[in-house]
Amino acid sequence: MIELPYMQNAFIVGALVSIVAGVIGFFVVLRGASFATHALAQIGFAGAAGAVLIGVEPVWGLLAFSLLGAGGMGILSARGSARDAITALVMTAALGTGALFLVLNRTYATDAFSLLFGTIVGISRTQVAATAALAVLSLLTVAAMYRPLLFATVNTEAAHARGIPMQVLSISFLACIAIAATTTIPTVGTLLIFALMVAPPAAATLLTDRPWRAIGLGIVLNLVCCWSGIALAFTTGLPVGFLIASFAALVYIGVRVYTTVTAP
Amino acid sequence: MLADPGVVQALLAGVIVAALCGFVGVFVVMRRQSFAGHAITDVGFTGGAGAPLAGLDPLAGLLAFSVIGSIVMARLGDKIRERDVATGVVLTASLGLGALFLFIQTRYVSQPAALLFGSIFAIRSGVLLTTMVVGAACVIALAILYRPLIFSTVNPETAAARGVPVKFISTAFLLIMGVAVAEAAQLVGVLLTTALLIGPASAAITFSRRVPWAILFAVIFGAVQMTLSIFLAYASYTWPPGGKGWPVSFFLGVLALGTFVIARFFSAGDSRRSESNEA
Amino acid sequence: MVKVLDRPVRRGSKLIGYVSQRTVVDPELPLRGRDFVGFGLDGEKWGFSLPSKQRAAQVTEALRAVGALAYADAPVGKLSGGEQQRLFIAQALLSDPKIVLLDEPLSNLDIASASEIVKVVDGLRRSHGVTVLFVTHDINPLIEVMDRVIYLAAGRAAVGPVDQVVREEVLSKLYGYHVDVIRVGDRVVVLTP
Repeated sequence: MIELPYMQNAFIVGALVSIVAGVIGFFVVLRGASFATHALAQIGFAGAAGAVLIGVEPVWGLLAFSLLGAGGMGILSARGSARDAITALVMTAALGTGALFLVLNRTYATDAFSLLFGTIVGISRTQVAATAALAVLSLLTVAAMYRPLLFATVNTEAAHARGIPMQVLSISFLACIAIAATTTIPTVGTLLIFALMVAPPAAATLLTDRPWRAIGLGIVLNLVCCWSGIALAFTTGLPVGFLIASFAALVYIGVRVYTTVTAP
Repeated sequence: MLADPGVVQALLAGVIVAALCGFVGVFVVMRRQSFAGHAITDVGFTGGAGAPLAGLDPLAGLLAFSVIGSIVMARLGDKIRERDVATGVVLTASLGLGALFLFIQTRYVSQPAALLFGSIFAIRSGVLLTTMVVGAACVIALAILYRPLIFSTVNPETAAARGVPVKFISTAFLLIMGVAVAEAAQLVGVLLTTALLIGPASAAITFSRRVPWAILFAVIFGAVQMTLSIFLAYASYTWPPGGKGWPVSFFLGVLALGTFVIARFFSAGDSRRSESNEA
Repeated sequence: MVKVLDRPVRRGSKLIGYVSQRTVVDPELPLRGRDFVGFGLDGEKWGFSLPSKQRAAQVTEALRAVGALAYADAPVGKLSGGEQQRLFIAQALLSDPKIVLLDEPLSNLDIASASEIVKVVDGLRRSHGVTVLFVTHDINPLIEVMDRVIYLAAGRAAVGPVDQVVREEVLSKLYGYHVDVIRVGDRVVVLTP
């Protein structure tokens, strides 16, 4: 299967997604931002539906909506409380709008569901290049704010006192998640970037306390889930999203059981 | 339009479900479990999509998955710190399964769409009665849990010291929420359920000083938002592009967010008191 | 078998009031100080409490005892740390305890609020006849009101009345390095390096 050009592309995209999700996922887990991640991916889906309606590439709709959603969530949460309720409300408003787009568009089902759940066939070199560009963009953003972000995550008040602009930081981080969610469009599906940003990185933080190791381990676990998912999808014909999400959940539960058993 | 029996059914069912979600939602928002509340609807969706594969009624699948999902979340996430990830992992697994179920039964593509976005204008008459019964059961169960539930939400350590079974209560609450949400989702769709669960309750909480008031306002907001959404959706058949109604989900999602933003805007002046006390 | 107040130890005894280490209260919680304190009366019982004059009077009495009546109807989450601490203590008092456990009630409080809380607790132990077990890192605000000290440091303990434990030679031995105990007028201050 590795000789097939589209499979090569799928593996490359899988690797890029794994790296991005591993790095950002580390912060998602530390900041308890799983819900925001899930919401941004779904908001992006609504945007993709809107883009189809006005005849634009779905990627742009996805990017625009998830960035807007990130800004909305960040601004509304400025007062600190009710963060998860706000996430839920912004998400349902966007999804309702997505439902409207789908109704107005008449063409429903198949296209939308491949955006949600991913596919491995027919990924072109241009799509690989686009994914790579977005991946680099989100990684650079994270790299630029690595230190303040980590500081603000582990010790919010001290970071605030040091003059770190918390709202800018948290909106930028949400924007990073939004961009990362867009990288997954061709292969993994918007719903499943969520799987890779939460389960394997959470498993990694159970295994080590050091940031760099946790990030590295998260990437490795993501690669294992992603590549074996793609390979199995090719040989069995099962949906790639199902395989990757199941592996991700199994990795977390496996590590959780392992650390519970070996705990002193 | 009230001459249309479909609309009357929709209004009845919608208002009952909205009131139930408003009631349960107050506790969900107070306990900061919006994510779990939303995740359970998604998990239920997977169950609903999978049940026909096993020859079962989608409703049975929806309910079964919601209940199992809430128990697993409660088991995996004891500490607050773990709760977010636990919910995420359960959601991950269920989204993956959902992808598989949808893949296997491509013939029924319209069914998942109905599960997601609801079909409130096409409610079977028997369903209404079950909704009322299950809704009443949820309200009674919550009334029994009421005091220790709030105590352990506000002050878990002291509650535990006073002999409140904190863990049992949090599992029981997730279960009640799972059942309520499954009931709502089968009537109005997965999307509307999250909006109904979180929207009215979080708006009511921004300005209420007491739990009973918060519950009252949440129930009223929910019922009003639902009624308005149904009217607008009905009216939208004549709107552009014409010939097709805009989805109820759209109106409800926008109204839920809008009500919350307005409520927060007006309650912002109310927090002065605390600032003067901070000194 | 360990017995407290001549009874075997079990979870949820009403005879022991407990104020846990300060937890952050959600500022948007729809709960008044009054409702919050009311949990001390019947928070563990199933169902909901119906409005009753007797119940309201008991809650008001507890609020008065800690001097929190002024903000009894304000949302708990929007009160300051010192105000919340008084509510926690009022809550612990409502089960009519014989012993009250306070776990670091002065942490995160400014000096003025801390000394007010100490005054409140000192007044309560006299008026309500309760034994107070007060866990703290800073002994100074308490020196004048304590009967006995269990001083834990470096894995060792010194137990006894204040004037026998809070002494330079005892504390220095406990810590393993020199500790000053200074008397200013009739006040005592412990200075650790």
